[in-house]
Amino acid sequence: MQVTSPVRDPLVTGGKTYKDVTNDIARQVEGKPTVGWLLGLAVSLGALLIGSLALVATLWEGIGMWGLNKTVGWAWDITNFVWWVGIGHAGTLISAVLLLFRQKWRTSINRAAEAMTIFAVICAALFPLIHMGRPWIGAIWALPLPNTYGSLWVNFNSPLLWDVFAISTYFSVSLVFWYIGLIPDFATIRDRATGLRKTIYGALSFGWDGAASTWMRYESVSLILAGLATPLVLSVHTIVSFDFATSVIPGWHTTIFPPYFVAGAIFSGFAMVLTLMIVTRKVFKLEDYITIGHIELMNIVIIITGSIVGIAYITEFFIAWYSGVAAEQYAFVNRMFGPYWWAYWSMMTCNVISPQLFWFKKIRTSIVATFILSLVVNIGMWFERFVIIVTSLHRDYLPSSWVMFYPTITDVGVYLFTFGFFFTAFLLFAKFFPVINMAEVKSVLKSSSEKKLN
Amino acid sequence: MERDKHFILGVFDDEDILLNAVREVRATGIRIHEVFSPYPVHGLDEELGYRRSRLPIAAFLFGLLGTTLALTMQFYMMKFDWPMIIGGKDHAAFPDFIPVTFELTVLLAAFGMVGVFMISSNLKPWGQPRIFDLRSTDDKHIMAIDVATNASVDMEKIKDALKSSGATEVNSKSFD
Repeated sequence: MQVTSPVRDPLVTGGKTYKDVTNDIARQVEGKPTVGWLLGLAVSLGALLIGSLALVATLWEGIGMWGLNKTVGWAWDITNFVWWVGIGHAGTLISAVLLLFRQKWRTSINRAAEAMTIFAVICAALFPLIHMGRPWIGAIWALPLPNTYGSLWVNFNSPLLWDVFAISTYFSVSLVFWYIGLIPDFATIRDRATGLRKTIYGALSFGWDGAASTWMRYESVSLILAGLATPLVLSVHTIVSFDFATSVIPGWHTTIFPPYFVAGAIFSGFAMVLTLMIVTRKVFKLEDYITIGHIELMNIVIIITGSIVGIAYITEFFIAWYSGVAAEQYAFVNRMFGPYWWAYWSMMTCNVISPQLFWFKKIRTSIVATFILSLVVNIGMWFERFVIIVTSLHRDYLPSSWVMFYPTITDVGVYLFTFGFFFTAFLLFAKFFPVINMAEVKSVLKSSSEKKLN
Repeated sequence: MERDKHFILGVFDDEDILLNAVREVRATGIRIHEVFSPYPVHGLDEELGYRRSRLPIAAFLFGLLGTTLALTMQFYMMKFDWPMIIGGKDHAAFPDFIPVTFELTVLLAAFGMVGVFMISSNLKPWGQPRIFDLRSTDDKHIMAIDVATNASVDMEKIKDALKSSGATEVNSKSFD
């Protein structure tokens, strides 16, 4: 007997069977690399190598290689840090928050989104690390380790230290969450393979056998990890925003920062997931798994978070005026009409106006439009951080020290290095790891639309 | 006959048929060794009569440990070992300790629980699982019945029970 529910469309199209799911996903891992993949890897490795010259220059000569000056002491480094951390928010949001809300469509995108999260957080962590100047002894400065100065401990009142704990916890918990999900799929590949591949994926699969008792614990672990990761993901960008909000710099000293930064992080993270998934589904022919429906739902999240960000921008301005503090008011007028007006208006156009186009169903279900807008959103979010950081600093309390910030080739190179790393890591992941969570997709394959009884 | 060596395997195509089959087979008094599935089947643990996982308790206890360690560490370092006035705040500025306390709670809860999960499910990189049927990580649900634990039941009766409850194949498997 077949019972078909008329309410919901199937999450996976093309009438796939369990066997098809295994074949479609495992084929990417087992087959030879495609020309497109090799080209992509060559370009990313090129960026990684060219960028590493800038990284070596920074480590060898010191951070004097960057365009920082005595007025603007934070610029591209921290902009890139916040940008990458923000991108790293989508993965855990998709896998944890959507799991708690029982959004089953997350199953075909969560694996890749979590991988993206992990790589983005590594890119982000690079910036504060190299900004220490001597990162090889940085661990002693940043962690509460006993030392020969007393012990003189780290300052637990400082948001920069909270960041150390937040980012490292976020990274390691996301990594564990991601890996637990990978174990059953590694076992699937192991059971199809022979020889060396069987050995490698056998070790990666930790001896998984799919017993009902193990699945029961697995489900319990996933649920609790999701429950832990949900406040964690919100705390991370909250603490990142504290780096600014707890200071007394006009333009930074704002209580709206935590929610505003978290919304912005989800906004940019979803945009990056869309950018990557639109390419991945095309290259790996996963159109039946990552459907237009998925893209539309992610675009709806972008409208919501983009609008929150827009309201936050406007609220900041209102409060600056309402506060009656001249320095605060000047900081915001300077953002809009000062020498960095172009950065401010790029941010406004990319983040506030462009996502509103997704109100049109035609645009939010169009692959090309989504791809272009996802890039626009990430450009806008980079400008947002640049605007907040540089325009609040470059005209400080003493007009004689007002300057402009100009990035050097080393600034650009280090940023390029993180791009090279991010895409190299993602391409390697997409080739050697199952890019879609096979076990979870199998579990939603039919439950949403039909039920078979004996 | 020795226990945990010789098994009769029922192969199932569909999770709903499997759930019914587990209920029917258990109702006839046959004891099921384990069911192997390619994906989590909801309600299967209840049908098999498994006790609820106690991993949430482990997570809670590890989280509590994290909270305690984080607070102890921060109060010891900032208030007792080397007190300093920072930004005019009290040495023991409790609100400032919340972020690190929260992060360490989450960290220890997550890692502790996953560690317990790995140990209780016997998951380790050098682990060599006993594979009853290679298709159990692909598209089939495999119900394994230990012949020795069901010595009082006739072998043919077990096979018939599996077939009549919807198994597409009934095989036997022995391990050394």
